[in-house]
Amino acid sequence: MFSRMAPRGRSGLGRSLAELGLLLLAILVLLDGTVLSLEAATSSEIDTHEGKPGTHKNTSKKSFPVLGIKYDDVSVPFEISLWVLLASLMKLGFHLIPRLSNVVPESCLLISVGLLVGGILKLARDEVPPVLSDRIFFLCLLPPIILDAGYFLPIRPFVENIGTILMFAVVGTLWNAFFVGGLIYAVCQIAQDKYSEIDLSNIGILPCLLFGSIISAVDPVAVLAVFEEIHINELLHILVFGESLLNDAVTVVLYHLFEEFMESGSVSAVDAILGLVSFLIVALGGVLVGAFYGILAAFTSRFTSHTRVIEPLFVFLYSYMAYLSAEVFHLSGIMSLIACGAVMRPYVEANISHKSHTTIKYFLKMWSSVSETLIFIFLGVATVEGEHHWNWVFLTSTVVLCLVARVIGVVGLTYIINKFRIVKLTTKDQFIIAYGGLRGAIAFSLGFILHSEHKKIFLTAIITVIFFTVFVQGMTIKPLVELLAVKKKHEAKRSINEEIHTRFLDHLLTGIEDICGHYGHHHWKNKLNRFNKKYVKKILIAGDRSKEPQLIAFYHKLEMKNAIQMVESGGGSKLNSTFPSTVSMQNIQPKIHSPPSARPSERALPQLTKGREEEIRQILRTNLQKTRQRLQSYNRHTLVVDPDEEGFDDLILKKRRMMELDWKLKQMTNYLTVPRSQGSPTMSRARMASDSQAYVKPGAENVPTIKIDLASPQSPDSVRLLDEVVQDQGLTMSLPSSSSRAYKTSGKDDGRDQQKLLRCLSDPGPDVDDDEDYDDDEPVPT
Amino acid sequence: MGALKSTPAPIEHHDLSEKTGFSLRQIRVLHKRFKQLSDGDDVLRREDFLGISSLKYNPIRKEIIEAFFNRRNFSPSCEGRANEIDFEEFLVVMSHFKPPCSKMTDEQRKNIRREKLKFIFNMHDSDGDGLITLEDYRHLVEELLSRSGALGKETSRAIADAAMFEVARTVGHRLLSNFDIESRMNIRFLKTDVIPGCRLG
Repeated sequence: MFSRMAPRGRSGLGRSLAELGLLLLAILVLLDGTVLSLEAATSSEIDTHEGKPGTHKNTSKKSFPVLGIKYDDVSVPFEISLWVLLASLMKLGFHLIPRLSNVVPESCLLISVGLLVGGILKLARDEVPPVLSDRIFFLCLLPPIILDAGYFLPIRPFVENIGTILMFAVVGTLWNAFFVGGLIYAVCQIAQDKYSEIDLSNIGILPCLLFGSIISAVDPVAVLAVFEEIHINELLHILVFGESLLNDAVTVVLYHLFEEFMESGSVSAVDAILGLVSFLIVALGGVLVGAFYGILAAFTSRFTSHTRVIEPLFVFLYSYMAYLSAEVFHLSGIMSLIACGAVMRPYVEANISHKSHTTIKYFLKMWSSVSETLIFIFLGVATVEGEHHWNWVFLTSTVVLCLVARVIGVVGLTYIINKFRIVKLTTKDQFIIAYGGLRGAIAFSLGFILHSEHKKIFLTAIITVIFFTVFVQGMTIKPLVELLAVKKKHEAKRSINEEIHTRFLDHLLTGIEDICGHYGHHHWKNKLNRFNKKYVKKILIAGDRSKEPQLIAFYHKLEMKNAIQMVESGGGSKLNSTFPSTVSMQNIQPKIHSPPSARPSERALPQLTKGREEEIRQILRTNLQKTRQRLQSYNRHTLVVDPDEEGFDDLILKKRRMMELDWKLKQMTNYLTVPRSQGSPTMSRARMASDSQAYVKPGAENVPTIKIDLASPQSPDSVRLLDEVVQDQGLTMSLPSSSSRAYKTSGKDDGRDQQKLLRCLSDPGPDVDDDEDYDDDEPVPT
Repeated sequence: MGALKSTPAPIEHHDLSEKTGFSLRQIRVLHKRFKQLSDGDDVLRREDFLGISSLKYNPIRKEIIEAFFNRRNFSPSCEGRANEIDFEEFLVVMSHFKPPCSKMTDEQRKNIRREKLKFIFNMHDSDGDGLITLEDYRHLVEELLSRSGALGKETSRAIADAAMFEVARTVGHRLLSNFDIESRMNIRFLKTDVIPGCRLG
């Protein structure tokens, strides 16, 4: 949910574009309706024609239909596509209007659009199609969102807080259900509104409890939609989100339980115990089914090294099967889906290619995004569609009771939970958890499939609560977070140091626990890890990767990411080896503080003679030709040119870079700068010793704040050379006695070390210039 | 040792409780463990630690044991290493892993964070000169990866080098600035006398 800031000049155009789109769609939909009625009319005419036998056939010979309308065959896919198109255009539109999307969360806007569209449809056709039928919702719209959440679930914080999450999910939901259900029953009995058509006292205790159980569940879709935009810290996010996922089991059990009770009419103690047992079965069964499919998927992915193209498909299919299988047995489908995604992920990611990984990520994000948008729009449409029974007493008391129940539940549970937690939950945390308990479309769908006589009033109440939480709580949570100064998520990239220290801490804490002599949290985690490494990984991960410890895997991923970034930004070391570095714009780039306008002159470019220039151009051209030839030979099944498929990426990027370099060379005559004669001996030695003419931009201080972005340090050359350099004194980190920082590189060694590195590296490194982006559209003169 | 519950806490325990922040019950449990590890002695030696069987699988076992004998962990001004430690020093080292209490000023929180970071720093700095060199870091990464066999020196070197470069690149050269150490470097100390499950030997 990124918000693209449209440049000023285009915002007006963008807005009108979005409105145009909406208008167009509205017109299309209206046309839809009229066409349908037209079709019905013509078909009836044809029927009457055929009715009269034979004689008329000769006289009325129809001319060959050049243009006809046959809508029925494609009506369903057509309508579906229209809805999805509408949803996507809306999403597009909102992000073109940054002011609006900052104040109002997307979910609110989407519901409003849904209301609008529903209204238009009602006016046009006088009836609205029931789009949010429970089958569509539970089978098509919900799974992508849950799979996206489950696959990318941050496992470590989730497992660390699992106790808290389970408490909130299970006990909290039960408390909410009974509190709301019970008190609403009391309200119904007490309130006797003379002006309403509905006799509230008719509603028995069981329907009230059923209603309570539907409305008490925190909804993952709504939570995701709102929390994603406020960026609170990881702990709170995982607590509320985890709760919303895990309370599905409770909701399913309560719902079926109360439905059964309503059918049978009486409750006994045995039934209550059976309910408890059923809860355990539903929850654990769901998780087991999910884990089973997850292991299957991991196992399958072990053998996909020759058919990389369908790898993502396996992930999606197995997950969906897990969901459906759980639904067959009335187990919790959501928990099954989460378990499947979480179990399969570490193994699948070790097995599949980089491209498949990207594909899975993007498809999941795309589907879940579209699903979410559709859900909110349909909520709006369904609101317009249904008949509503307004009963102010019932509605207001429902809303109030829900809020009160949530607050009391959270406070009470936190009091108990804090006795067991190491890091306690503060009052601020409690407030956010309570306030973030949003209800959403799941509650609506469950209400939709009720078979109760009071369905309409329940549905109205559910919609009211949903609207209240999404609009009021959704809109105000962001300013409240700011006001209360809740800790936000820090966006820092996961660095290798953190990874090393995470592993280090794991082992350290396990060791200390062993010394203390009790089997704690870390001890069991360690045992599980050892079991995993010894047995499970061998089975589920293909080949050599099974032995690769996590640190190394993380490191490889990081390096690949860095390498791709480096190559994309125009640097890189894989050019033709006869010209190690003269050709390139590779130089040590000082940190870019300068304004973009001064950029061309700051580029310290090497000075080349005419002859050299010509040679360089020749090499570039041959390289370009080579890559062009290679690119033409591939087929749909392999999608890969080289056996090493990462090379394919490199080739494309290399080709682009070559074109850029060629262009840059042309410009060189305009932008040559004479390198400043450096006072420091190492710098001048650098110039003369190798062809690598590396210059610092004129005007830099003598000991600059040089950023060295080396060629990937994992290449053996640079490491070995580095050894030579750093053996004498090493990059030292000293602990200054008075500062509060634990680590600091010693200042005086900085410049010297880095310049030494300069000397030793034949590839001084790429120019990582973040401001430049050579789009594909930029015309490259040849 | 069944009589432990009924004897009143000795005076030293009260002092220790004030100094380290453990509760009296926790100190009693830890004292019991200390006695168990040291075979009834009053001091612990390195060999006593080697007797703990579950430490065998730990790749940084040596560093952990060394940390107990590193004088710098006892108080900020001490230097060098000890060969034996008594209960007080044992407790002081353990107190580094105590979770922070919920009501704390920012100053206190910063201090605790600094203490924990200093502990880890001392663990990395094997020769005790106050500096962590690239060699130290490489050694650390090698140990962490030592359980994975033949993946080798090359990669662990590369990882350590990459890590060092990362530090050199960060603004202000902070290594673990975003690493919530005060909430991560904690273990749960038992207040009740649970029979320790892992026996020695």
